[in-house]
Amino acid sequence: MQKYAHFKGLTIPLLLLLPQLMITVVFFYWPASQAVWQSFLLQDAFGISTEFVWFENYRDLFAKPEYYKALINTGIFSFFVALFSLSLALLFAVMADRQIRGAEVYKTLLIWPYAVAPAIAGVLWIFMFDPSLGMLARGLQSLGVNWNPRLNGNDAMTLVILAATWKQISYNFLFFLAGLQSIPKSVIEAAVIDGARPMRRFWTIVFPLLSPTTFFLLVVNLVYVFFDTFGIIDTVSGGGPSGATETLVYKVYSDGKGGTNLGGSAAQSVILLAMVIAMTAFQFRFIERKVTY
Amino acid sequence: MAQVTLNNVKKIYAGGVEAVKGVSFDIPDGGFCVLVGPSGCGKSTLLRMVAGLETISAGEVAIGSRVVNQVEPADRDIAMVFQNYALYPHMSVYDNMAYGLRNRGTPKDEIDKRVQEAARILAIEPFLQRRPRQLSGGQRQRVAMGRAIVRKPQVFLFDEPLSNLDAKLRVQMRVEIKKLQRALGVTAIYVTHDQVEAMTLSDKLVVMNGGQVEQIGVPSEVYRKPASRFVATFIGSPPMNLLPAKVDGHGIIALGDALLQARDLREDLATGTAVEVGLRPEDIEIASEGAAGSLPFDVEFIEELGATQLFHGQLAGKPFVMQAATGDVAAQAGRLWISVDPDKVHVFHAESGVRLGKA
Ligand SMILES: Nc1ncnc2c1ncn2[C@@H]1O[C@H](COP(=O)(O)OP(=O)(O)OP(=O)(O)O)[C@@H](O)[C@H]1O
Ligand SMILES: [Mg+2]
Repeated sequence: MQKYAHFKGLTIPLLLLLPQLMITVVFFYWPASQAVWQSFLLQDAFGISTEFVWFENYRDLFAKPEYYKALINTGIFSFFVALFSLSLALLFAVMADRQIRGAEVYKTLLIWPYAVAPAIAGVLWIFMFDPSLGMLARGLQSLGVNWNPRLNGNDAMTLVILAATWKQISYNFLFFLAGLQSIPKSVIEAAVIDGARPMRRFWTIVFPLLSPTTFFLLVVNLVYVFFDTFGIIDTVSGGGPSGATETLVYKVYSDGKGGTNLGGSAAQSVILLAMVIAMTAFQFRFIERKVTY
Repeated sequence: MAQVTLNNVKKIYAGGVEAVKGVSFDIPDGGFCVLVGPSGCGKSTLLRMVAGLETISAGEVAIGSRVVNQVEPADRDIAMVFQNYALYPHMSVYDNMAYGLRNRGTPKDEIDKRVQEAARILAIEPFLQRRPRQLSGGQRQRVAMGRAIVRKPQVFLFDEPLSNLDAKLRVQMRVEIKKLQRALGVTAIYVTHDQVEAMTLSDKLVVMNGGQVEQIGVPSEVYRKPASRFVATFIGSPPMNLLPAKVDGHGIIALGDALLQARDLREDLATGTAVEVGLRPEDIEIASEGAAGSLPFDVEFIEELGATQLFHGQLAGKPFVMQAATGDVAAQAGRLWISVDPDKVHVFHAESGVRLGKA
């Protein structure tokens, strides 16, 4: 029995794929290849002459301590955002899955942050934590915490982590909730009869059964933190104070801004691209092998 | 091992659905009780209340001498086999069986001993390191059984454990479950809507309908003396024929022009009382034309079942089925004269459907 419709020849399949292929070419392959090309070029300060320099831009990059700082910042930033957004989302999903009263309202509310544009999310958090205006910042100050993300690098990092986490929770929540609801009720009931108390049940049954979801979300979150947090960082801290919140993707922007170091900026984006490709490839391999049961 | 007692047990779900409307019965230690009934009659709900997976709205459930209404499922000393097996998909067969013992802190070598023993009894030793998805339906079923027996519980609870298997495997597993339960001597409650499973497995049969018990008894008694029209048509295959009739004196039923003797009939019924008479397809005998108590049966078509044949047709203007051993009756359409042993004539009240038997 034939399960799929089969087309004769290539014309129709190609025609059907064309719109998607064109979008991919125009918005991905073209800019990506441009970036690769740019990363091998060096422009003089006035943008008059351009020279092909092979890997000099990359060599420059790895010679600069700022680049390592941005790398470390990205590491800290992504670790905490992934940790907080995954664990909080899982906690919320477990609670929503218990079908508490008003679960629908609760679910809808949790999904809202995802619909908020990054820049607006950033502004929101700036307001709440603004040292002179923000109510949360004042609360902190009244508790004796000397809170000032504009001057203190750690405060600034905390703030961008909070903002980015808040935005990502909804997405993770949806996936965790779907994952929880796909676990058959009778499996949980069998564990109840088998004498597993709630905490043990969670760690020995629920969590392992969610591991494909968790792993998928981990990679998605890392990709999110690597690329998509630009808007939040730009509005919340602008990479400051003195580069304390400058991540790899933000550095691509600030180095390329004004066209002062286009080649270096391009080299950075090529490295980022390679990292994400590696993560995605790793995810596919891993999902195929280990996490499935 | 323990007896199980249900005392006026009720279940009202949150939405106001009254799924179980006051059920009482008890199962002796080591007994095999089957709950049977049509879909939605509350069998699973009742079983789940015994398991502790549903709260008990009213009444009492006792296991042994202990009322368990407020006892956690894990502490009721029961094991349950689910319809979809509910195996832990991420654990090996061995771990699936060991899980309940580990949660209870059983020593490692004791766990190993019990799992190996259960695996031997159920012939699943070769699969101990496999994951459930690498097993066939029948093998998964065995693992689910294994998970129940390693715990050595007081009571086994089964919720339609065989309904996902093919017909042949179902018969085979049915026999094995019965053997296993006998050998272990554990009290069992088994839910099914399959009346063959119900008849063959039980030593106590509970027929349910609409959240209530219709009849409780040993299977042969439920078959021979169904307490209501519902039980009469539910137990037995093909189902019992039901024909409208009237009481015509002591122990006599008028069915159209013919008069039929019924031995199990209340004596205080006025002549002319409307009743329904029930005749099982397998109880019908061939009579000679015009003999006393013989009924004319117009055969329309015949169904071949191999060892037996089903004769479908009309009797007194109603659809009627007769079952006969192949070759006993000429397989052709046309009129047959039939009769039924007075011991095998069932009479039910026309409206309420209760059996009008002798006290
Ligand atoms: N969680 C629930 N909330 C509300 N009503 C329920 C719930 N579970 C079951 N019911 C209702 O209770 C009644 C009995 O359900 P139950 O599952 O016990 O039937 P059953 O006899 O096991 O049927 P089946 O043979 O189809 O499994 C049904 O009318 C069902 O709709
Ligand atoms: Mg059921």
